Amino acid sequence: MIKFLFSRILQMIPPLFGLTIILFVLLRIGGDPVAHLVDPEASVEEVAKVRAAYGFDRPYHEQYLRQLGMMLAGDFGDSFRFRSPAMPLVLERLPATLELALASMLVALIIAIPAGLLSAIYQNSWLDLFVTVGSTLGRAMPNFWIGIMLILFFSVQLRWLPVSGRDEAASIVLPAITLGSSIATTLARVLRSSMLEVLRQEYIVTARAKGVSQGMVIMHHALRNALIPFVTVFGLQMAWLLGGAVIVENVFAWPGMGRLILASVQVRDLAVVQAGVFVFALVVMVTNLLVDLSYAVIDPRIRFR
Amino acid sequence: MRPTARPRWRWWIKLRRNPVGMLGAILVALAMLVAVGAPLMAPREPTKQNLRSRMMPPAWHAEGDVTFFLGTDQLGRDLLSRLIYGARISVVVGVLGVLVAMVVGVALGLISGYAGGWVDTIISRIVDTFMSIPFILLAMAVVGALGLGKGSGLLTLVIVLGLTGWVTFARVVRGEVLSIKERDFVQSARSIGQTDLWILLRHILPNVTASIIVLSTLQIATVIIAESSLSFLGLGVQPPTITWGVMLAEGRDHLATSWWLATFPGLAISLTVLGAILFGDWLRDVLDPRMKL
Repeated sequence: MIKFLFSRILQMIPPLFGLTIILFVLLRIGGDPVAHLVDPEASVEEVAKVRAAYGFDRPYHEQYLRQLGMMLAGDFGDSFRFRSPAMPLVLERLPATLELALASMLVALIIAIPAGLLSAIYQNSWLDLFVTVGSTLGRAMPNFWIGIMLILFFSVQLRWLPVSGRDEAASIVLPAITLGSSIATTLARVLRSSMLEVLRQEYIVTARAKGVSQGMVIMHHALRNALIPFVTVFGLQMAWLLGGAVIVENVFAWPGMGRLILASVQVRDLAVVQAGVFVFALVVMVTNLLVDLSYAVIDPRIRFR
Repeated sequence: MRPTARPRWRWWIKLRRNPVGMLGAILVALAMLVAVGAPLMAPREPTKQNLRSRMMPPAWHAEGDVTFFLGTDQLGRDLLSRLIYGARISVVVGVLGVLVAMVVGVALGLISGYAGGWVDTIISRIVDTFMSIPFILLAMAVVGALGLGKGSGLLTLVIVLGLTGWVTFARVVRGEVLSIKERDFVQSARSIGQTDLWILLRHILPNVTASIIVLSTLQIATVIIAESSLSFLGLGVQPPTITWGVMLAEGRDHLATSWWLATFPGLAISLTVLGAILFGDWLRDVLDPRMKL
């Protein structure tokens, strides 16, 4: 187990390096990086001084190594908008984003598991048709539009829930439904097809023949095995969910990292953008690690190699 | 039994037998038609302001006006005409974005799968990296670096969509090449001394075309959503250029008074994307049922 954990963490290193290279290249192709660090009215000498101080006069590979060291230490430079280091600004917003992501996952599971299960058990029924049509429509609708429609209905028309912000507990309901439903459609589809696959297996027939009750067969024999592909897809959907969070945060003015990054892109506060993208990608990688570990809980047959 | 149709009509017969695939094809064709024929179809000038008839509700409302069928926006511009013109950019950007992603992704996927060894390792690692960054964040990082550019922002947008979309193509093509290159006809082509480039283009590429076609259709759906998301966030196409994403962003500011402004552009996006998905799923079932996407 520890060996598996260790090798799995090692696997995170190449993409992490790749990410630092992408960020490094992006910082350079956007024009002179010094331009973001100095006052627009600074004199030539001042610019040269800053350039030397940050090492921007060195060859590219030296610049990269230097920047890599700084990135790994969490130093992405200062935000010119807030006049403070970028990383703490991003980390300050992390809890709000994680809160939204967790709530959305919960919503997704609450929708997807019953929908997937029931449509597999009652295959070709009206319920099944409803779930299939619903999940296809869900694939086609952009999540920010779903969010806007929810605001229109629940906040503007019915006045049940707040339009935006994070001031009260109810504020999270609409963003979480918006984001959760966008992955619930995929999850329900996967669970339905893997349940159908499992329900055809011989051990299910045997269990039924032995007189095991329907509920027991479904919950104990079938669902557990059907959950493995479900968890895999759930893990793959995490990158999608966190990406969706960026958009949904902006629809609902949810004060998370996505909102901070967008505001920073608009004024080209690159230090914050880079720190934010880095942290976001790290969260995706760690989530994927947790998903891999969770296989063990669901299926003891999967030995960690 | 009916006489066998000529091969070029076979797909049409198959499509007619599948109502869901047919619905997809109709929706896609409709979006294309609207995009191409916008000047002929739009009842009014999409950018013409008409301050006397601002925020008019759709025609079926009591205060509605039939000549502004879906109502007007905050500047009195006709929503229906804007939707029709919006189809142009959305469809063009969708197709261009997929083309760029396809060319880059297929080339790298072919090389990666065929060459193997360290070339494959490097390309695969790059693919892994891109997959671990959510698309929208990568897009933000790129837009942040390049800036929105001057003009409509179309060029930046196509670059961003290509840069984020190639990974899917590369992954699928690589996987297919890995199995095709072991097949006998490739081995014999190699044994008679044909060059690698010739083998790739002449023997392997034709065998992955089906997957590429299916993937492209489904990717158009993804790219249209991506374009609208970016334009909605203000990172894609800039007003006054009209796309459905831009219209949605403008409509959101008037939710409390004018529900139609945000509702219809979203509906247009959803129907177009739905068409591409249904048509793509059908194509997959016909061309390559084994393909897992």
